[in-house]
Amino acid sequence: MTERSEGIEDAAPVVTPPDEGGLMTERSEGIEDAAPVVTPPDEGGLMTERSEGTSEPPLLSIENLVVDFATDDGVVHAVDGVSLAVRAGEIVAVVGESGSGKSVTAMSVLGLVRTPPGVIREGRILLRGEDLRAASGERLREIRGGEIAMIFQDPMTALNPVMTVGRQIAEALRLHDHDLGADDARSRVVTLLRKVGVPEAERRYGQYPHEFSGGMRQRAMIAMAIANDPDLLIADEPTTALDVTIQAQVLELLRTAQRDTGAATILITHDLGVVAELADRVIVMYAGRIVEEADVRSLFARPRHPYTAGLLSSVPRADLDGDLVSIPGSPPNMIDPPGGCAFHPRCPMARERCRTDRPEPYDLGDGRRSACHYADELDEGLALYAAGEEAG
Amino acid sequence: MSVIEPAVLAPEAARRSPGRRALRRFLRHRMAVVSAVVLLLIVLAAVFARQIAGHDPNTTDLFATRAGPSGDHWLGTDATGRDVLARLLFAGRVSLGVGVAAALLAVVVGTVVGSLSGLLGGWVDQTAMRLADVFMSFPSLVVMVVIAGVIGPSVTAMVIAIGLFQWPQCGRLVRGVTLAVREQEYVQAARAAGAGPLWLIRRHIVPAALPPVSVVATLAVAQAIGLEATMSFLGLGVQPPAASWGNMLTDAQSLTVISTMPWLWLPPGLAVAATVLAVNFIGDGLRDAVDPRHT
Amino acid sequence: MGAYIIRRLLINVLVFFLITVVIFWLVHKAPGDPIAMMVPPDQLNAGSAAFIAAKRHELGLDQPLVVQYWHWLTGALHGDFGYSLVNGRSVTSLLGERFGPTIELMGTGLLLSLVIAFPLGIVAALRRNTRVDYAATVVSLGSVSIPAFFIALIAIYVFTVKFPILPSSGISDPSAPSLVDSLQHLILPAVILGFANSGPYMRYVRSSMITELGADYVRTAEAKGATRRRVVVRHTLRNSLIPVLTYIAANLPQQLAGAVVIEQVFAWPGMGQLAVSSVGRHDYSVIIGFALIIAVLVLISSLLADVLYTLVDPRVRLN
Repeated sequence: MTERSEGIEDAAPVVTPPDEGGLMTERSEGIEDAAPVVTPPDEGGLMTERSEGTSEPPLLSIENLVVDFATDDGVVHAVDGVSLAVRAGEIVAVVGESGSGKSVTAMSVLGLVRTPPGVIREGRILLRGEDLRAASGERLREIRGGEIAMIFQDPMTALNPVMTVGRQIAEALRLHDHDLGADDARSRVVTLLRKVGVPEAERRYGQYPHEFSGGMRQRAMIAMAIANDPDLLIADEPTTALDVTIQAQVLELLRTAQRDTGAATILITHDLGVVAELADRVIVMYAGRIVEEADVRSLFARPRHPYTAGLLSSVPRADLDGDLVSIPGSPPNMIDPPGGCAFHPRCPMARERCRTDRPEPYDLGDGRRSACHYADELDEGLALYAAGEEAG
Repeated sequence: MSVIEPAVLAPEAARRSPGRRALRRFLRHRMAVVSAVVLLLIVLAAVFARQIAGHDPNTTDLFATRAGPSGDHWLGTDATGRDVLARLLFAGRVSLGVGVAAALLAVVVGTVVGSLSGLLGGWVDQTAMRLADVFMSFPSLVVMVVIAGVIGPSVTAMVIAIGLFQWPQCGRLVRGVTLAVREQEYVQAARAAGAGPLWLIRRHIVPAALPPVSVVATLAVAQAIGLEATMSFLGLGVQPPAASWGNMLTDAQSLTVISTMPWLWLPPGLAVAATVLAVNFIGDGLRDAVDPRHT
Repeated sequence: MGAYIIRRLLINVLVFFLITVVIFWLVHKAPGDPIAMMVPPDQLNAGSAAFIAAKRHELGLDQPLVVQYWHWLTGALHGDFGYSLVNGRSVTSLLGERFGPTIELMGTGLLLSLVIAFPLGIVAALRRNTRVDYAATVVSLGSVSIPAFFIALIAIYVFTVKFPILPSSGISDPSAPSLVDSLQHLILPAVILGFANSGPYMRYVRSSMITELGADYVRTAEAKGATRRRVVVRHTLRNSLIPVLTYIAANLPQQLAGAVVIEQVFAWPGMGQLAVSSVGRHDYSVIIGFALIIAVLVLISSLLADVLYTLVDPRVRLN
């Protein structure tokens, strides 16, 4: 359920045509709660219109993705106008609370959003320029587990309990190489298991998932994901279900796997520690939308959205003193999200404009984007919430 | 894949009352709504049997036996010249009565055993649930045949037997609800303050269990009506001269009746089928209404 | 796994003995002198009072109830179910000759139930909330709701009266026995029994399949590039079979209930028909023998369910 953030390569110089309003984030017709948003010209940051400084196109780009879910109580805009790009070889972290749309964005890339209740309303998903939404079922299956592989959160439930781990990994190989014989598949799986640090790989091949420990299962998942040498790995909360001691090992393995395969990685997580550890670039999502994007250092040093600032102030930091403060309020009701900026009911900086005017992510320079009307005022950074507490 | 966190939906869910949401979902189940109307008609027909029939169900007319439908006898007469329509309508009272009584018994037993099982836990719980397994693993119809064999056919025994074999579904359900309820904080606080199990059952378990139990109870009514009809058909249930849909069909087992006197066997057969089908559809609709995840 | 099986075995055997106590109670509750159930009537009628007293002592009927129970149970477990009160034949042989036909009917019926239930249940789960699903629901509710005997009467009307292509009574034609003839006799009862029992299986297959289709591992398989068909055939089917197989095994006794009715309508010479007619004749020893058979069937099916469960699910098998 995590949503994808937009990965725009931070290295590329970005030129935002000032005269264009930020239209791409507007909702399509038929979605009732979205008031037409007019972004003031001076804030018009069409991320999709950014020109590339290099001739190399992004590996993956998502343009104005809108994903709705029909629930019993109404339509939920799980992803609401997300645009991002991922370049070959980079690690992009997508951060947000559960329900912020991170996972749905990821699922959309592989066409795995369950329909119903979910439906991709709008947007384009381009893999090296190829529109995946228009791709045939056959082509999509080629991509799934081939060019794009996924690592899921809970390796216990993500593996079939009644099939041996070895055969499940072998299935990934054989689905993409129809000529691969059973014996060859087996020996390749054993090699893969060794590579991801599963001891006694030969014996482990014939075991069932419940005979693996949590960490070993996640290693097997990673083996399955890198089996076909993908160009893009999507890791959805890869360490969340694991013990803390195991988390570090699995993160290390992910880093090695990423380095060996050279695969770009989208890392979906709510854990800023994981982000700091692995990511090159960070995209922060809130209520189905991207609220901030920055390279990992800049983001931690100086968040440019109050929500990011809140997230940062709620985790212990080695480099900063100060009390841990959690963001007041609760996550937004996704059926009937707050008007204007969805974060305004919880925002210590909220003003009248935030209630009515929905901010679009706009360019701040240096590859940074923020969807706060008052991003420039966020100099105090982390003090924002501490100050709010005192005042309250 | 649950994409939306329940917590995020909670405020909206609280805004509409659960009852209204359930009603809306029930009304969306077209077959259930049609069935509710059909069942209402059947119940009314049974209640006003005397007024509608215009004949006594037990008055024989030896000069008009097995007569076909006519202006006087809309559904003809049976082997002893009794009016089939009158018997059909009065039989409805028996079937519906047995169905409701047996289901009620099952619900009462199930609720008591289930809530005690959940509240007391330990060996009481173990024993009760094992007992539930045993009752569920026995084919109730066959056991009822044996009981009828030993003590003779009896409607009361039949109701009790059906009730006893139906309670486990309800019992398990109530036990589950009880376990969930007693873990809630305010309930634990109240218990710490000295609130007794009766208070807990009345104030918390019964209200929480009512919606799912209503589904189980409805399905139990359907099953009980079917069992009664089958037992009576086998000659081990409602005994003549009292009419029941099942025993009206007993006489139809000869090829002559089947081939030449459809008024003797079609109406009671259709009546059971329609009633049980309607009740089952209503149960299906209720399940959708109460627990949409299981649809 | 061993410990689990042993524990379940002990529980099942314990339950079985409790049930035999209930049945024994029925023996004593039954009207008349229990000795009449245990001694062939010709001996009983010919015997003097002294002979009967001696027999009573020999059978332990002058002993405390507990001892009597033990006598009765050991006798029953050795296949001695006593004698029919009506024709004096041994209950064991009476039930024995009915056993085959009932198994034939139940077995074929079960097979047909599954043949109906599996495709419908799977398709309904895959096409959830579509017309196909609703149609399957209607079929399953119909099978649960419409009494088997009524369906049987309609079937007889259609296939025996209107279009006389199938026999409506008996297991074979004694004047011209043949395999084809036996099959013709089997068709109507077995198909109706199969349909009547298919509803619960279909719903179970459907809901089990829906549960599995929503499982995380399905998404993993799809993310690997597996087709829908492959996901269903290789992944969800096997997983959903685990609860379904257990359910089928545990529900075997329910097949008997349907068989009782069907045997009655089609004059099928099985145990159910014998039981119903024995009730009419107040032949208590036969009824009690029948009750014991049910108890054994329940015991066997429960054990079978446990064993199947442990065999099919590696999580249980290997722990």
